[in-house]
Amino acid sequence: MAYSAFRIFRESLTGNRGWKPVWREPEPRPDYDIIIVGGGGHGLSTAYYLARNHGITRVAVLEKGWLGSGNVGRNTTIIRSNYMLPGNQPFYELSLKLWEGLEQDFNFNAMVSQRGVLNLYHSDPQRDAFVRRGNAMKLSGADPVLLDEAGVRKLCPFLDFDNARFPIRGGLWQPRGGTVRHDAVAWGYARGADRRGVDIIQNCEVTGFLIDSGVCKGVETARGPIRAKSVAVAVAGSSSRVMAKAGIRLPIESHVLQAFVSEGLKPVLPGVITFGAGHFYVSQSDKGGLVFGGDIDGYNSYAQRGNLPAVEDVCEGGMAIMPMIGRARLLRMWGGLVDMSMDGSAFIDRTEIDGLFFNGGWCYGGFKATPASGFCFAHLLATGESHPVARQMRLDRFRRGKLIDEKGQGAQPNLH
Amino acid sequence: MIINHPLLGPRDAAEFVHLGDAAMIDRPDWQAKDAAEAFHDYLYLRDNPAGTYRELWYHEQGDRSWLVVIRDTITHDIKNVELARDHARRRGRSR
Repeated sequence: MAYSAFRIFRESLTGNRGWKPVWREPEPRPDYDIIIVGGGGHGLSTAYYLARNHGITRVAVLEKGWLGSGNVGRNTTIIRSNYMLPGNQPFYELSLKLWEGLEQDFNFNAMVSQRGVLNLYHSDPQRDAFVRRGNAMKLSGADPVLLDEAGVRKLCPFLDFDNARFPIRGGLWQPRGGTVRHDAVAWGYARGADRRGVDIIQNCEVTGFLIDSGVCKGVETARGPIRAKSVAVAVAGSSSRVMAKAGIRLPIESHVLQAFVSEGLKPVLPGVITFGAGHFYVSQSDKGGLVFGGDIDGYNSYAQRGNLPAVEDVCEGGMAIMPMIGRARLLRMWGGLVDMSMDGSAFIDRTEIDGLFFNGGWCYGGFKATPASGFCFAHLLATGESHPVARQMRLDRFRRGKLIDEKGQGAQPNLH
Repeated sequence: MIINHPLLGPRDAAEFVHLGDAAMIDRPDWQAKDAAEAFHDYLYLRDNPAGTYRELWYHEQGDRSWLVVIRDTITHDIKNVELARDHARRRGRSR
């Protein structure tokens, strides 16, 4: 049943006895049209758009733990479309457009808040680079605004503008960027998919693939084999581990990215702010905590926790642009596993095994991509063709020399 | 993480830069028939194991030596550290 203000009113008059579990807990059927491996944001949004856009509902989402127990619940909740390259930017702009209509679309409050994303610049050359990036954003229909120092002062008067080493000269502002309640994204997509008939099966780890003469015909799971015409893997963070079961080596390393939340403060930050001379980004949650992060630790890891040098680096970045947060205490910190790809961009593609499809390599930016990732992956699974905005996100792009390297770092995952 | 440098003793991992899989010591033969394919795999594909990993670290803020470190990627426990030179020589390289 749909959620609405009227429904809340009616339930309040009837003792709130009408609320039902948000999704079913079905037993796995012996076969499906499509199996999606991974019940995180990308897997659930893929299932949702398969049902909604393509009418394919004989679909199972298999999740090793509980829904949203991976990166969709561990990120810093930022949405934006301020990429530069044509292989990326139209995709992220589609994603931002989907975020804008998401809550009405799947009838769930995901607290999409377009409070804006501000990237600070600290020098003339960096301003030039941001002008270029802003122009590239405009080509995809995004909304960049170049601010000078006065413009940033008006928006964020508390920044350390006259910092001796990194004075703040202005910023690239994307008003449509913002934050989203990340867990609600997983729940909303799960509920939307479930209501359309998709089976969401938790505590069902995939232990292998059923591959016969180069064709994938299903998966082995902790709850027995399940057959399917297509198998779609969306397990970013653990992509290499899962795809190794099909004998596929990926252009990916798994790294740890840490995130931090301070104690609750009064409202002070208008939106998301990023430091242009180091790596630090921060927003303020609706509960008041500052949510922030920075660089990945820089070494391969599956530990879901990082080390102190990265913590120090992030906090130094924060102190460099807003010394006022020096008195705030750190409340929580945690780490998530990220698929760092060889050019810093993602994959939505078929594999060399027929019937086996792959979605991953999201680096530290998978959350903002969640709607478009599912949208385009569902398009690929349903039609056999890449969606136009995801056409360059191919697994074989390194072989063809068609890298999507936003930072121009080359094949060094820990530098992207 | 503390990396027990074979010459300098225990050093903070923050002094080092992580390059990646120690398999990169073994460059493919550039004259082989399948060299293009072999270099694609060498440059872009990774085993990326969960568990024991043999990897290259560079002591950038120290003596600038290259090390081969055996580390567990699940626990961050470092099991062995040696000079990359010693590792390469044992594999038949001249230097």
